[in-house]
Amino acid sequence: MLNDYLLPVLVVGGTGLVGGVMLSIAAKYMSVKKDERFDKVRECLPGANCGGCGYAGCDDYAQKILEGAPCNLCNPGGAETAARLAAVMGVEEEEFVPKYAVVHCGKNCEHTPLGMDYQGVPSCEAASGFFGGEYACKYSCLGFGDCVLACEYDAIHVVDGTAVVDKSKCSGCGQCVKTCPKHIIELIPCSKNYYVACSSKDKGPVTRKNCEVGCIACKKCERICPEGAITVADFLSHIDYSKCVSCGKCMEVCPTGAIRNCFTAIPVEEPAAEEEIPVEPPVAPAGKTVDPPEETGTF
Amino acid sequence: MAKEYLALILGCILVNNVVLAQFMGICPFLGVSKKMDSAVGMGIAVTFVLVMATAATWPFYTYLLQPRGMAYLETLSFILIIAALVQLVEIIMKKYTPSLHKQLGVYLPLITTNCAVLGITITNIDETYGYFQSLVNAFGTGLGFLLAMILFNGVRSRIDNAEGIPEALKGIPSALIAASLISMGFMGFSGLIEGIFG
Repeated sequence: MLNDYLLPVLVVGGTGLVGGVMLSIAAKYMSVKKDERFDKVRECLPGANCGGCGYAGCDDYAQKILEGAPCNLCNPGGAETAARLAAVMGVEEEEFVPKYAVVHCGKNCEHTPLGMDYQGVPSCEAASGFFGGEYACKYSCLGFGDCVLACEYDAIHVVDGTAVVDKSKCSGCGQCVKTCPKHIIELIPCSKNYYVACSSKDKGPVTRKNCEVGCIACKKCERICPEGAITVADFLSHIDYSKCVSCGKCMEVCPTGAIRNCFTAIPVEEPAAEEEIPVEPPVAPAGKTVDPPEETGTF
Repeated sequence: MAKEYLALILGCILVNNVVLAQFMGICPFLGVSKKMDSAVGMGIAVTFVLVMATAATWPFYTYLLQPRGMAYLETLSFILIIAALVQLVEIIMKKYTPSLHKQLGVYLPLITTNCAVLGITITNIDETYGYFQSLVNAFGTGLGFLLAMILFNGVRSRIDNAEGIPEALKGIPSALIAASLISMGFMGFSGLIEGIFG
């Protein structure tokens, strides 16, 4: 009688007790010490887990801040978050440079001829893996909108076959930059308005054949830039935003319309095709190499 | 001897696949099969917990419950043991292998109440497997789960990208249909073990 009722209760109860005691002992002696500032730091971050700071999410960034990472990397949080983080960490406030994304490709459906009749899965990732996509220019935006899906702020849209960023909505989280299989999206400081809407590293004549609005490396922008912020390397113009003053002279002088203003990303008028365009003979990149937009390629 | 264990493992993975033939662990099978990383992480975590749980529950049943005629406490006490064990393993992992904890950490607590874990520990008892046999069975079952997760992840990513799926079937319905088709495919393995080893 006693055995029938008491023993099972004792066995189950005892198992639970042993388990509980073991767990509480383990929790006491094996607990991992957490920096008490961690929660405070984590609270300051917006929690979008976008990875725009370059770390694996808000938790990881909070951890890295405690380990000495700079406080001004959070793009969605902006200057306010940077200030609060600096206050929590007791360090001097660093200037926050808000950034937004630009797409280094400015073609529309007519500018670039198709190189094939692509009928595969309608995603940039798939198309990019299939001989680099359907366009004649292998550096061009594929226009299936992987970046549109990645964007949580509704800031990037495919217009006429090419992704265009709405600067007013872009939070600079960098999701699109990570998603783009062509690696043609880049974050640039919000204070600068001009960007090179082309990623083609083909020689000038090849680019010209493949696209009406590509950078043909004529170097006009390099010559006219009063600040010396533009360099042409790998047959592609590159703006150094630490020097750029957003004067817009490069856009005026660009014969193909490859340099653009982010507010008028789609050019209204067609580039003057009649004008004689000097195409620079291919020259080896000069001594100073600029960091090229990450290599394009298949995965 | 080795042949026997090989047959057991192959049987667990292909013939008696825990998800596709025994229909246990459907919840994580549908829940975390959208991304390859998490599918593999979950599969490895389940394998790990299965072996740990079997290692703890088999002696508990054989040396404590059965001799005293309390076999009916099996389910109740197994849940208790598995839950405590998983928690303990998580704490230990957090302390000594933070990187592994980061990989499996999210899934470990989820597995505590995964029916596959309880199911396999009870199956081990019902089939009157020995201790080592039970461990091998648990390990093989885990591998079978991992295989099912990886297969289903591949199928699912294609379904998600496919065009022309009717609105009503998008998402879970099409995933369930795909799962049933894979399951039927696995029926084709029945008789495999007898054919090879028998």
